[in-house]
Amino acid sequence: MTRAMTITEKILADHAGLESVKPNDLITAKVDITLANDITGPVAIKEFKKTGADKVFDKDRVVFVPDHFVPNKDIKSAEQAKNLRDFSKEQKLKNYFEVGRMGIEHTLLPDMGIVGPGDLIIGADSHTCTYGALGAFSTGVGSTDLACAMATGETWFMVPETIKVEFNGELNKWVSAKDLILFLIGQIGVDGALYQALEIGGSTIENLPMDGRFTICNMAIEAGAKNGIIVPDKITEDFVKNRCQRPYKFYKSDENAQYAQVLKYDVSKIEPQVAFPHLPENTKPISQVGDIKIDQAIIGSCTNGRLSDLKVTAEILEGRKIHEDVRLIVFPGTQEIYLEAIEAGYIQTIVRAGGAVSTPTCGPCLGGHMGILAKGERAISTTNRNFVGRMGDVGSEVYLSSPAIAAASAVLGKISSPEELSER
Amino acid sequence: MKNASNTWIYGDNVDTDVIIPARYLNTSEPSELAKFCMEDIDKNFAKEVKEGDVIVAGENFGCGSSREHAPIAIKASGVKVVIAKSFARIFFRNAINIGLVILKNSELPDEIRKGDEIEVDIENGTIKNLSTGKEYETTAYTGSIKELIDIGGLINYTKEKLKS
Repeated sequence: MTRAMTITEKILADHAGLESVKPNDLITAKVDITLANDITGPVAIKEFKKTGADKVFDKDRVVFVPDHFVPNKDIKSAEQAKNLRDFSKEQKLKNYFEVGRMGIEHTLLPDMGIVGPGDLIIGADSHTCTYGALGAFSTGVGSTDLACAMATGETWFMVPETIKVEFNGELNKWVSAKDLILFLIGQIGVDGALYQALEIGGSTIENLPMDGRFTICNMAIEAGAKNGIIVPDKITEDFVKNRCQRPYKFYKSDENAQYAQVLKYDVSKIEPQVAFPHLPENTKPISQVGDIKIDQAIIGSCTNGRLSDLKVTAEILEGRKIHEDVRLIVFPGTQEIYLEAIEAGYIQTIVRAGGAVSTPTCGPCLGGHMGILAKGERAISTTNRNFVGRMGDVGSEVYLSSPAIAAASAVLGKISSPEELSER
Repeated sequence: MKNASNTWIYGDNVDTDVIIPARYLNTSEPSELAKFCMEDIDKNFAKEVKEGDVIVAGENFGCGSSREHAPIAIKASGVKVVIAKSFARIFFRNAINIGLVILKNSELPDEIRKGDEIEVDIENGTIKNLSTGKEYETTAYTGSIKELIDIGGLINYTKEKLKS
């Protein structure tokens, strides 16, 4: 009889052609999809050429999404984006996404059905862990690792131990998936799951729509994890069945699988969370935040740029105005989500309230462009990192939160809960 | 490498955004990246770092983004070794893949003082603080990671694999 395994171990074993694996095994595994963007892609392409390979291992499985510094922010960025475009054409890649038809990579790939349950995906972007929400093994790597996988279709891994996290109970009003993952990082720290898998489950997650599941797995890296993963179910099936471009497979953890730790949280005790500068683990419940004025609010990114995020933003902004001292900038995750938000009237509401809406880009999240902070300025942001200088000057500050908190804060000019808004 | 090295000392969670801020990621040229290495945590680093210097830091060094530009910038700045209590996972892989030596030790980062010189013996996995005389052990590279280092990094390893 084979060893009882977690979902992560099962996917790795299958892709390595092994009957079973255990933590700390070094394995060589086949990859289903490789991904890079306009920052990491050019380095990967340069290294790929050094391997002596002239063709990528599979032109349908090597994906490039220019999303970080596009629409091109300067001449050097234009060169990097051109490098991706030229290589994609030369290699006849099926999945290259141009400005106007693209999205932020980690929102785009699941929506396009390029990644699916049971896949093994590596991406030269740390938030590649997002696709674990589909029940896939998905992790970030550097450009050299990616280059070699683009050439061979394989890569090496050390099988991680798994921490199981169970969220149980009903969410309080204004508490979202973002609050759960911020809460978890606050509990275990930014290296709390270093080299490990985070398997997220429990009754709250079983009832959580896909948008929120992506948000949670997206930030697994912020606890140092190799991957975040959610066992797929009916909600996953409904999301992937008319989308996935390839056959997919549902894996689940064996009942007696071994975990390094099991953590259980009652979500009825969790309030909306805000992570203070300069680490995502510096979380406080909204009731203990105090009086913190803001200059900018960012809603979007690979963490919170999905339709439900824009919906809650519009619901809060409906009939209200952005505070005179605040710039609100909203970034839909993909062009498709942007269109849906226009059709639903969300974009109209955001613009009427005095917010700016941008084409999808990672720009402000990493201090690239489209919303850089000056010295001494402060932003509330639905993105994933608040490191020193992350969004601009070293003397600026980023506070992380859900879209509901960011939208209410944009109206009131200070970090606030929607509960504090006056009647319309 | 057994020459005395100057040390640059930092705390826990040195992230890739401070190692090389995103505003400089519109290039991947190593010498260009080196000019801005550690800028947001230490404005003197890029100006004063010398060939053969060593960085010593606390837990979770290199956390955050997957940008390979971070170990590339450190290596191009002349730093030969990074010693930390622990490394973030993607940074660890990237450093090995590009041939930047990284060593784990849990005591040295707490005991080292500004201005201390150290000597690192990579083959035997030992670090000596020349200012205090104390020796520290670190894990020597073994197994498949040693193979990777010996062959000159992941690109050479892949090149050989594609040939066979």
